[in-house]
Amino acid sequence: MQPFTTLTSTAAPLRMENVDTDQIIPAQYLTAVTKEGMGKGLFSWIRYNPDGTPKPDFVLNKPEYQGAQILIAGRNFGSGSSREHAVWALTDYGFRCVISPGFADIFYNNSLKNGLLPIVLPEEVVNLLWDLVEEEPETLLHIDLRSQTVTLPDGQQHSFAIDPFRKLCLLEGVDDLGYLLSKEEAIAAYEARPRWT
Amino acid sequence: MGKTLFEKVWDAHVVAQDEGAPAVLYIDAHLIHEVTSPQAFAMLRERGLKVRRPDKTFATMDHAIPTRSVDIELWPSDAATQVRTLRQNCKDFGITLWDIDGPVQGIVHVVGPEMGVTQPGMTIVCGDSHTSTHGAFGALAFGIGTSEVGHVLATQCLLQKKPKTMAITVDGELGKGVTAKDIILAIIAKNGAGGGAGYVFEYRGSAIRKLSMANRMTICNMSIEGGARAGMIAPDETTFEYIKGRPYAPKGEEWERAVAYWRTLATDEDAVFDRELKLDASELQPMVTYGTNPGQGVPITGRIPYPEELEDPAERRSLISALEYMGLKPGQPMEGQPVDIVFIGSCTNSRIEDLREAAAIVKGKKIADHVWGIVVPGSKSVKAQAEAEGLDRIFIEAGFEWRGAGCSMCLAMNEDKAGAGKYVASTSNRNFQGRQGPGARSLLMSPIMAAAAAVKGRVVDVREMLN
Repeated sequence: MQPFTTLTSTAAPLRMENVDTDQIIPAQYLTAVTKEGMGKGLFSWIRYNPDGTPKPDFVLNKPEYQGAQILIAGRNFGSGSSREHAVWALTDYGFRCVISPGFADIFYNNSLKNGLLPIVLPEEVVNLLWDLVEEEPETLLHIDLRSQTVTLPDGQQHSFAIDPFRKLCLLEGVDDLGYLLSKEEAIAAYEARPRWT
Repeated sequence: MGKTLFEKVWDAHVVAQDEGAPAVLYIDAHLIHEVTSPQAFAMLRERGLKVRRPDKTFATMDHAIPTRSVDIELWPSDAATQVRTLRQNCKDFGITLWDIDGPVQGIVHVVGPEMGVTQPGMTIVCGDSHTSTHGAFGALAFGIGTSEVGHVLATQCLLQKKPKTMAITVDGELGKGVTAKDIILAIIAKNGAGGGAGYVFEYRGSAIRKLSMANRMTICNMSIEGGARAGMIAPDETTFEYIKGRPYAPKGEEWERAVAYWRTLATDEDAVFDRELKLDASELQPMVTYGTNPGQGVPITGRIPYPEELEDPAERRSLISALEYMGLKPGQPMEGQPVDIVFIGSCTNSRIEDLREAAAIVKGKKIADHVWGIVVPGSKSVKAQAEAEGLDRIFIEAGFEWRGAGCSMCLAMNEDKAGAGKYVASTSNRNFQGRQGPGARSLLMSPIMAAAAAVKGRVVDVREMLN
């Protein structure tokens, strides 16, 4: 997993609520048996016309948001299907961070396992960020995971919460598996216990 | 202080808990399918790991497989690769596979309970968000991503942060024509599609206790549509009766010990939930959704809200974009809305009880000329039972297609897709944009409401067809 420490990038405003994982990556892209290349299917229903040409009004098709590594979305982002393909599509496209007033639980967990930082900020801050990056798309946001802050060019700073264990995993770029494997003895002892007691 | 059902099951599965770290939670049963497992097996191979407990891992094929009888080997689809990959992975790692060529296959959340794998007090996971279904047995069951599928395959454990608890109490008597599906759609309409994030629901109250296991599964299934990863119902005689004698159920003396333990799982009188929600069953009506998230639903006698009635600007924006996609108008009543397609199936409503209820509505009638209707049983066993009871004949004579078991048009991964702009009266769980096919417009409802819509060619109040 790619470690996450700091990120300075422009941000793409996705002014939509309840963006479910079917929107992030439609089912037609789930027939793959690998993770690679999912970025081409990212948001494909709202990003492309039925003939495959890009919809010019969609935020990711606008020239000013090319290269943005931060996505700013509405509440309940990533709801629905547990498909981790949604996270793979976002990271393959180039996103390293999603900011939202709230994430669905499974999506939030999946993000952390792939080095995609999900940041929860209050709705009014998300509204402010949307206004800011819509007016000035070249705005650079600075994210520092160690200090758990999002800093705007004018110095304005917003703090976010993250579980300390998850933070450490992201900073060091390690996933859960090593930790779980280190618990072998405890797992074996648990399995030796009688059932239904 | 007493404990909730959730807390009892959680506490019984904590293998280790380091300071400042999430709990290491033991998983009793791991269900896998063709779509979300290939990358997890690839990870095992990459790291040279084995499946720790193949005896606690069960595989079937449901998401991408065709529901018409075809030879998978000759089937021209990428999904055939997923089927072959799952077969190979199960063979290489010694995992029980309920194959499409065998007698047991079906939707993972229908087959698990049918086989008796799903039992009270267990922890159950699957790379599928509707794993919440198994909570109907008093199990803690939730969907996971593919990375976590890999973790469970390798260690039989997951790192989990303890969620909060929310009691949803439904007391009172359900009216005629009002079903479990209407209870859960009403809960989600009230609490919002994201309202359960961070919580595990426990459904309780006299109306829940009276429900069959199939109906309880319908409710727990859609916990995720209410934002909760898991939903649970305390086990009782109805639960034990359902499990007894199934292939993986405890037998003999073990059965007695298991039931004695299961009886201890119910939430203690003095236990405290983090949140509570109450509904009066007698006030509920058949529900139908009008929007593109499952919280956008109304009683059949209701109408679509006007954006200006909503105070919250985000909700307003959501409503406007949903209605634009759905081709519906603010203030419009849902009754009378024409439908093009009727889909009866999915892990929410494809069990034998659902098919019996729907068949009773269409028996001796024809579906409307312009309607394409398909019935997709949840498993081969449901299909066989339905055929033994003659339900297949009732559906076919009414003009429905009678299919093989699978997820089908619930997520449109196989060829069963609704066309752009088509209205689908669907017994499934998600009305997301494009969920049932690019541009398709889903109206979620109960099996009897969907059956009634098929006959009339439009959304109707099924109560008018009941005697």
